[in-house]
Formats: sequence, structure tokens, C-alpha cells
Amino acid sequence: MSDIFYNAVPNATRVAPPRAEPRKYPTTKPERVYLFGTCVVDLFYPEAGMDAIHLLEREGIRVEYPQGQSCCGQPAYTSGYTDQAREVARSQLALFAGDYPVVVPSGSCAGMFREHYPDLFKDEPETLKQVRALAARTYELTEFLLFVCKVQLQDSGAPIRVALHTSCSARREMNTHLHARELLSQLANVERVDHSHESECCGFGGTFSVRMPDISGAMVVDKTRSLKESGAQQVLTADCGCLMNINGSLEKQRESLRGQHLATFLWQRTGGER
Amino acid sequence: MNTQARIPVIEVEEDFRERAHDALGDAQLRGNFRRAMDSLMTKRAVAFSDPEEREDLRTLGNAIRARALSKLPDLLEQLERNLIRNGVHVHWAETVDEANAIVLSIVETHEAKQVIKGKSMVSEEMEMNDFLGARGVECLEADMGEYIVQLDHEKPSHIIMPAIHKNAGQVGTLFHDKLGVEYTTDVDQLIQIGRRVLRKKFFEADIGVSGVNFAVAETGTLLLVENEGNGRMCTTVPPVHIAVTGIEKVVENLRDVVPLLSLLTRSALGIPITTYVNMISGPRKPHELDGPQEVHLVLLDNGRSQAFADSELRQTLNCIRCGACMNHCPVYTRIGGHAYGEVYPGPIGKIITPHMVGLAKVPDHPSASSLCGACGEVCPVKIPIPTLLRRLREENVKAPDAPNQVMRGQGSKYSRKERFIWNAWAQLNRSPALYRVFGFFATRLRSLVPAKVGPWTQNHSAPKPAARSLHEMAREHLAKQSAEKSGEQR
Repeated sequence: MSDIFYNAVPNATRVAPPRAEPRKYPTTKPERVYLFGTCVVDLFYPEAGMDAIHLLEREGIRVEYPQGQSCCGQPAYTSGYTDQAREVARSQLALFAGDYPVVVPSGSCAGMFREHYPDLFKDEPETLKQVRALAARTYELTEFLLFVCKVQLQDSGAPIRVALHTSCSARREMNTHLHARELLSQLANVERVDHSHESECCGFGGTFSVRMPDISGAMVVDKTRSLKESGAQQVLTADCGCLMNINGSLEKQRESLRGQHLATFLWQRTGGER
Repeated sequence: MNTQARIPVIEVEEDFRERAHDALGDAQLRGNFRRAMDSLMTKRAVAFSDPEEREDLRTLGNAIRARALSKLPDLLEQLERNLIRNGVHVHWAETVDEANAIVLSIVETHEAKQVIKGKSMVSEEMEMNDFLGARGVECLEADMGEYIVQLDHEKPSHIIMPAIHKNAGQVGTLFHDKLGVEYTTDVDQLIQIGRRVLRKKFFEADIGVSGVNFAVAETGTLLLVENEGNGRMCTTVPPVHIAVTGIEKVVENLRDVVPLLSLLTRSALGIPITTYVNMISGPRKPHELDGPQEVHLVLLDNGRSQAFADSELRQTLNCIRCGACMNHCPVYTRIGGHAYGEVYPGPIGKIITPHMVGLAKVPDHPSASSLCGACGEVCPVKIPIPTLLRRLREENVKAPDAPNQVMRGQGSKYSRKERFIWNAWAQLNRSPALYRVFGFFATRLRSLVPAKVGPWTQNHSAPKPAARSLHEMAREHLAKQSAEKSGEQR
């Protein structure tokens, strides 16, 4: 990791390097993958889920979407309702039993699978084995595209300036915070601009946004202000929780700037049809 | 000055949310914090310019603290033995009341009238200034930041920089009002004004009080770091020195101190080392020319043993009080330290305060976090603060009569209604049929979403579900794909 990120000026983009050993990726593309769509994508941003499917299919991968899937359990888990989260997690676990990758278009839900499911089942040795296996084959979409599919994107869109918001889970749990940048750098006509306090949380935090609306609101107002001041024409993120927060706030402020899921942006920029 | 010391520090009113709400509306306060925290974050980043070295050092720091805690009772006994051998009086206090009583008995023995105190968060836990002030003993803060907040009858808003919520103009006004000096915003001049007052006090004081950064078991040494020299003055000029500290501050040997010191000063202020590193190893010896004639150490528990008893929560006690978690916390940066209403604000405050005062007194603290993880990322001793916050949330919603009580005041947020909602949520999410029906109605009835949806629409437009769910779209798409595939094969 280059030091330039470390001596970055105040408020600018402070990017932490991956702390653990870098993740090892399969050297060959799998024939098929599961898509865990996430509940927010399912009900609010289904097009992001579809574009993730399109991107994967273009790489010659068959996508399976278990219809029984719902939520990873994170809202209950972070609210302290561990038993409820565990039961939802158990139901999801059974749906992704096949020994092939699970791709998740969200750092936060992928982080739940990888980092927190093992904690949920720490007292159930048999289930824990399955959970560890699931964690090992769970990928956030951007890392899967970049390191497993090794995509080469051809930009077919008009010049555009974008700002990238990285979720805290992607940054600090999944260590996938640089992957979206790398994908965007493949697009010739896309200029990514930094925004101030880029590494700072947008204020969503799941139920935090409704439990502490004053604090959460102050955070998202600051975040949207720095996004607006960045001069970006569009905001991109690979997490729909943040997207719902940022877009909801921008709309409330009657701003024209909007965020989009990275999957949709990548698909549309590279000639994909809707 | 005497009268001022007797006026109690601000009593917090309202609950956490109301205080946070008020703080968020205070543009001056928010500006002061944002600027200060930005500067501290930059300084830390520069001080740890080599990320690999930083991570290695954090791993080492964590290991040192974990090792010390793993044999805490033994190390404390060893510390006591060696301190006594060095001529230090050792006192144990389970509660702040006991600690105050110990200090008072020393004060009374020496018929002390004036106490001068270096910066110490444990003395804040004890509210020592008030306690002694109410008994006719002046207890004056000698750290410039602490002196400022004491002068304004406030509590520290940050554990390292107590007056960080004030800018130079506010300090200038305060000094003008309280000390009758000319108003100035020149920081050097302000410091000189404060120093002139304090300098005199060091020589008048009967007793000096200080905190402790590391208590070294093997040698019986008390380590105290500071930048202003007040710590050295407090611990060497008055005839009696009383050090107060928490029982978790013990480390095994002097070698352990070196990496911890480097982590502490770089994480706190981005400096390689503090101006003063005091190593106190007992009272003045017969051939020595200076130093106190009597040294006491008060070891305070105040809920720490409760955290110690649980292997996960024990990690709270790794803390070396650098304040980096506050500096990097998006919540602390916005509401400041006073909104927390307790001695320790910010992320570390949220995980340690419940052990000191009981979860029921700070029921909102564990929830006041987006779990963004910035605190855990910068913690020099790798306390998994977000994990511990989540754990406290779990303890907080447990039924009050649940078995295995691990902490005082647990279950303070227990609500049958909320539990019912989460049970229903779990039922919905583990039953594909139910979830399907839910998804169908959520999308088909999307235009019926009201304009106001609880607290969400305070900050956002009303959430509007998509016209069709991903379940539906994917089902259709994948069916088409496989039909095409089988068509090709035919």
C-alpha cells in the first residue's frame, strides 16, 4: 500500500490499508454463483440487483437467486436482538448451502456473513462449520468482479464526474474500499473526484438512523454537503443502506444530485441494456 | 479562588438525546470540535506515517495490555509490595466515596488547606474538586485546560484536552471575567496569564495530586506523562503527593511501557513523546534535595472489576486513555463531550461508563453510534469498541430478570413491545411464504407510503419501495435465461 494515502492532507481521503493478510481469490472463474440480493436492494433498489446479475452473466457466470432469501439479520443483530438475528441467519444459511461463491452487492451484508455469522453461531460447533464455509466463499460484488472475474470494462458513456461513497463496512470490515475506485479507473470517461471527510460515516447505521435521528441527520447533512461541494455530477456507492440515506436526504433537501448503486452505473456505462 | 472551588461543576439535566439535540444546534461548539478533531486526526496520521509499523505496534500494545489484564490480581499485589518497599503508602478503594474518604483522611492528617492537582481523569470520576471544596479545602487544577474548565464550572469535554470545546475568544472572555485581566485572544498570552496564577499556587499548596498513566508492577514505579510541567510540579513541590488511578493501569515491567508510551502520545496528540515523562518511585530519600516527603497511591475500582469479570467486556480495560477514539468519532465530533453527561465521553466513554454508573443511568449511550468502526480502527490497543457497543446493546434489551446478569443496570432498555416487533421481524424474514406476501404488498401498495414515516422522514424524503421486488425480477429473468438455454440445446 502506498504511503501517499497516509500523508494525505487533513479532511481528505484517508484510506487505511487492509490490515489482515490480503484475501486470496480463486484463480479461475466459477461456473455459477449465488446472488444474495439483500433486503434493501430487494424492496428499494431491485435494478441494482438485476444489474449485478447482468454484470456477472456477461462474465459467463450462471447466477442463482434462491427465492427463499430475505435479510442477513443485521438490523436485529446490531440492535442487540441476537436470538432473532440468529434465527434469520439460520434460515439464510440453509439457502446458500451449495459449494460455490455467494456474491453480495453490499459491503455491509457481506460483512455480516463473513464477520458476524461466526459470532452468532460460536456456541454451535456443527453450524459453525457451515458458517465458516459460507464466510469463506462470500464476496462483495466489487471484489468479485475485480479479483475473481478480472473484468476489463470498456466505457461507452459520455464524460462524467462522480464521487464515490464507501460504506464503513466495506472500508473497515470487508477491506473492499479501494476496489470500486479501481473499477471506476477502468472507465476512460469517468473522472472520480474526492470529497472532504470521505472516510467518515454517512450516518445511516441501520436502526441508528431512527433511534438517534438528530445525530444521524447531522451526519448525513454533512456528508451530502461535502458530496455537493465535490463538484460531482453523480454519487456512487456499493451499499444500498448508505444510498437510501444519502438519496433520501438529498431529496428532502430538494437537491438535484443523486446517488446510484455502482452495479447499475457499471452496467450502463459499459453498454448494458436495461 | 476559594469560593470558585466550592461551586459544583455543571449538573447535567435532560437526557442524552436532548443534550445531543442542543449541542447539534450550537454552531460555535460544532465548529470548535470539527476543527480541533480534524487537526488531531491529521496529526495522528502523520505521526504514524508507516502503516505497517503502526499495525505492528498496535498488535504489540494489545498483547501487552491483554497480558497485564490476564494476571491483574497478581500484578496488583506485586505493585503494592514494590511500592511499599519504595516507601509509598498504598490505598485500595472500591468506590469513589471510599477513594475520597482516603484522600480526605490524608488531607486532615496534614491539616491541608490547599491542594494542587495535575490532570487526572480518575480524580474527575471522584469529583475530587467538589468533594474537597465542600469541606473547605481548595483543590485547584494545574493543567491549563482543566484550569479553564474549572474556572468556568464545567466538566472536561475531552479526556486529553479538557477545554477543547472552547476557542481562544471564549477563554479570553472567561479570563477577563474571572481574573480581571484584559481581554485577549492571543493563546500565548492566555497561557502566560494562567501560568502566573498557577505558579504561585504550586508553592502554596500543602498537597499535590496527580493521576498515573502506567503503574509498573516489577519496579513499583508510577509513570506520568504531560506537556505543561504541571504534573512534575504537583508531584515534586508540595510536601505530600497523592496519586490516584484505576486498578487497570498496571503493567508488568518497564519494558512494556516503551511501546505503550509511543502508542499513547502518537495516538493522542500525534507527538513522538511528551515534554515530560515523570517516573515516580517514592518519596524524597535522605540524601535527595527535592521531592515530596510522603507519597500515596489510591487504587480505585469503581466498576472496573465488573468489566474484568467478563472475558469480552474485559477488553474495555485495555484502554490507555489516549482519546483517539473521540477524535475520530463522527458522533463525538458533532455533539462534543458534555452531551454525554458523564466523566468519559465518546466511544470509550460509551463502553466504560456503564460499568462505573450502571447501564440504567446511561441507557442511550450504547445506541448512540452508527457502529462505523472508526474508533476500533484507531484504538492503539485494539479495543473492539463497536463489538463491545453491540454487546452492551444486547445486555440493554435483555429482560431485567434474565439469568446471567453481567452488569449493573442491564435490561434498562427492555421493552416488550420492541421485543415483539423483532420477533415478528424474525418470523417474517425466516418464512419465505410470508416474506413473499410482504414483498408483494410492499411493492404494489408503494404509493400508499405516508409522507411522514416516524423519525426517518425527519431527515429524509418518504421511502418508496420499487414497483417490483428483486425476487420477482430475478425469478422472471432467470426463468427466461434457462428457457433460452434449453432452447439452444434442443
